[in-house]
Amino acid sequence: MGRLSELKENLLAKKLSCVEATQSFLAAIEKLNPKLNAYLEVFTERALERAKKLDTNGPSGRLWGVPLGIKDMISIQGEELNASSKILKGYIAPRSATVTERLAKEGAIFLGRTNCDEFAMGSSNENTPYGVVANPYDHSRTAGGSSGGSAACVRANMAVGSLGTDTGGSIRLPAAFCGLVGLKPTYGRVSRSGVIAFASSLDQVGPFADDALDCAEILQAIAGNDARDATTMPVPVADYVGACQRGQLKGLKIGLPKEYFLPNGMSPEIEKTTQTTIDLLKKEGAELVEITLPHTKYGIAVYYLVATAEAASNLSRYDGIRYGARAKTFASMKDLIVKTRSEGFGTEVKRRIMLGTFALSSGYYDAFYAKAQFVRSKMQAEFLEAFKKVDLIFAPVSPSTAFKIGEKMNDPLQMYLSDIYTVCVNLAGMPGASFPIGHDSAGLPIGAQFIGSPFSEAKILGAVAAYERAAPLTRKVLG
Amino acid sequence: MIDEILKTHEVIIGLEVHAQLKTKTKLMSAAKNVYGAAPNSSVSTPCTGMPGALPTLNREAVDMAVQMALALGCEVQPVSIFSRKHYFYPDLPKGYQISQFDRPYALGGSVSFYQKDEKKTVRLQRIHLEEDAGKNLHFDDRGISLVDLNRSSVPLIEIVSEPDLRSAADAASYLKALRLVLRYLDICEGNLEEGNFRCDANVSIRKRGETKLNTRVELKNINSFRNLEKAIVYEIERQFEAYSNGETIVQETRLWDAEKNKSQSMRSKEEAADYRYFPEPDLLPLRLSSSHLDVIRSKLPELPLARMERFMRDYARSAYDADVLTASTALADYFEFVAKQINDTTLASNFIQTNVLAKIQDVEKDFSNFYPDAKALAELLAKVKDKTLSLNMAKEVFEEMMLSKASATQIIKDKNLAQVSDEGALRTALQKVLDANPVQLAEYRSGKDKLFGFFMGQAQKALQGKADPVSLKALLERMLKGE
Repeated sequence: MGRLSELKENLLAKKLSCVEATQSFLAAIEKLNPKLNAYLEVFTERALERAKKLDTNGPSGRLWGVPLGIKDMISIQGEELNASSKILKGYIAPRSATVTERLAKEGAIFLGRTNCDEFAMGSSNENTPYGVVANPYDHSRTAGGSSGGSAACVRANMAVGSLGTDTGGSIRLPAAFCGLVGLKPTYGRVSRSGVIAFASSLDQVGPFADDALDCAEILQAIAGNDARDATTMPVPVADYVGACQRGQLKGLKIGLPKEYFLPNGMSPEIEKTTQTTIDLLKKEGAELVEITLPHTKYGIAVYYLVATAEAASNLSRYDGIRYGARAKTFASMKDLIVKTRSEGFGTEVKRRIMLGTFALSSGYYDAFYAKAQFVRSKMQAEFLEAFKKVDLIFAPVSPSTAFKIGEKMNDPLQMYLSDIYTVCVNLAGMPGASFPIGHDSAGLPIGAQFIGSPFSEAKILGAVAAYERAAPLTRKVLG
Repeated sequence: MIDEILKTHEVIIGLEVHAQLKTKTKLMSAAKNVYGAAPNSSVSTPCTGMPGALPTLNREAVDMAVQMALALGCEVQPVSIFSRKHYFYPDLPKGYQISQFDRPYALGGSVSFYQKDEKKTVRLQRIHLEEDAGKNLHFDDRGISLVDLNRSSVPLIEIVSEPDLRSAADAASYLKALRLVLRYLDICEGNLEEGNFRCDANVSIRKRGETKLNTRVELKNINSFRNLEKAIVYEIERQFEAYSNGETIVQETRLWDAEKNKSQSMRSKEEAADYRYFPEPDLLPLRLSSSHLDVIRSKLPELPLARMERFMRDYARSAYDADVLTASTALADYFEFVAKQINDTTLASNFIQTNVLAKIQDVEKDFSNFYPDAKALAELLAKVKDKTLSLNMAKEVFEEMMLSKASATQIIKDKNLAQVSDEGALRTALQKVLDANPVQLAEYRSGKDKLFGFFMGQAQKALQGKADPVSLKALLERMLKGE
């Protein structure tokens, strides 16, 4: 059982109070956060105050007293929100995001806002003016990105669950690097209202936790249609928790896309562990079939056109006029905007704004953005076609386990390639969950993912839960 | 000078008109759509561009926009797309405006209007729906600029005409016709001065007989119908002079300065921003079903041109009269009620135009509080029809009605104003006049015809001007003859 479910049971059984639970996590944060830098800000007093209130009012909601970390991309009313950027320094969210509003309604306690790459742009949580997040397994390595803080805080027991955002793998990659289950829901399953936009057509909020059931508990609270986000869908919310309890591998038809298993596509150790997992899935009664997703090879190119174009647009609002940081001196209105943005944004953010601005420029639009969207529609069709034949797709998450801090910082292209197995899922709008399948010889976790058809989160989580029962993972105590 | 130019040159004008829609809330946020409120008092997270705030489309705005498109005979598109138009400016909080670009919701259509007695038709290119920007307020004396976002995300429709207009006067008439449709639909205030109705003009000229279009210049900052005409005439003359001097016209945007009566260049095509349009990912494509369009169509009111032509046809009004009487729904309703009630179109039309409209400043708004209202005026004019009042007396009673808010019947009674047309009373009065003036009577009967006026005058005097002149005259004629 994951720690979230365990804590939930203990709280309901009055084995400890919400205040006691919160205190223990705050103590862990005090001890470990200076080393890991998972939290940018800890809401110590507000969290305790809320825990006290929850104790007084008694059990209510599915996450009563459950302490969570929230990525610094997601609004919590009255709390500062930075997107890990200097440009938003001092900005206080005027209202909560739909997801945090829903979590609060279910009784969750927010411990703090977690570190991430600036505006969620990165794969290693190194693109931040507030310092890199260290991997709880090995502090010289990255926790993955962009939701590095959300992964590290859960893995190091500084929370029992967290929210991240996934635009091109930002939940699934750090989940793999930190030995957690991380879910990127179907595009339109979870509201983006109040979530700082990186790439609007790709962004989704999702949970990190120990296992499928814990993720299901969080997803159950946040999923659903929202009038404040026109891209959410009025599809009924499934019983994710029940799906985890009932889920089985027997009889599942699982596709192995050959484009995800090319020679030298991943480290030999990952390849070996992945194969072991495939064998186990078969042994458990799943039917594995090779499928093809031919447009996968364009994934990175298409992703970095679409994501940068939308990012350049979304980040236009950070002009120093209404909130956040503003250049100290300026000569004109235009100068104010130019200086604020030059001073406020980091290198990677600027690089992506420039790439995206170029991709949308008149004369280049058709060749870049329009063509990328065309390829994207092909990818989506390809996935939907595949799901006529298979229930789920099984694939690696990353070519490598957690890499060293600084290793790829001077080579943006190498960094972008970390996302090679994750971006297509976002481009196609499909749901996908990363889950731990073993460790490499250095003891670093290895992840794999199940990808499903739109709104099949229950099926995905059920399969992950069944796998967890078939191959219980022994995790070493970290921190 | 303009008349000389027009002998040899043809003017090509197209207008881009922005109309703010009178919705309860903004186009992309739940903030109220109000004018004149305290700065930044009517805002919410989407229209101030807060991090994470998402736009949500206002269906009321869509329906109003569709009303306009259907009223102008546009093809409403089953699917249209919102796009982001990017530029940096402090009054544009998101750094982009949500607009429609390559797939607007309405294509085609036309606007017709009468220029004197000639009916003219201008084709439309498109109408699209978009959000307005906020407003920058500059305080030069204090060296600061402030931003008011009350207007941010207020719904606008942009109506783009084909370059079918051929004169400044036609451009103004077209703009008035558009405004009238908006007002009949009650979806826009249509006030150029307040900026809820805005107009940019694209102007070029060419030698008569030529078919290719020359470089056009865009005129902005036009805040009245008069200034539209002045700016266009100025531009025609400017372009003519440039061509005459062998210069070329560059594609540019020029700002009209109403005080200096001239325009100056704002930016050239080379300096024009690259708006980097792309489909707005936060909104789904706008889908409009034909059944929804049918519902809206079935609720459209009679439109101004149709009503004007009906007045011309059914009430035998001239184009001029019909135009005046259809200047607002309120006025047209007023006229039509009175005309039908008294069954006299000419009397209703004349009396309203000469007397009522002299008292009305704003044909849109003033009728709602105006007295005599249609019913009261009909009652008054009925007294003219049944000869209780002469037209002159009716004018007096009308003035009195405005002052006292009383009915015509009441005033006639109180002031004992009823016209005397009863033959017995008239005969008695006339007999007295004849008896009192035997000399004049003898002179008249011996052929001095012009004394007729004298008798009429004496009779009216005796009757305190209340005699029905027609009956009085007929009776006097008979009595003078000794009948």
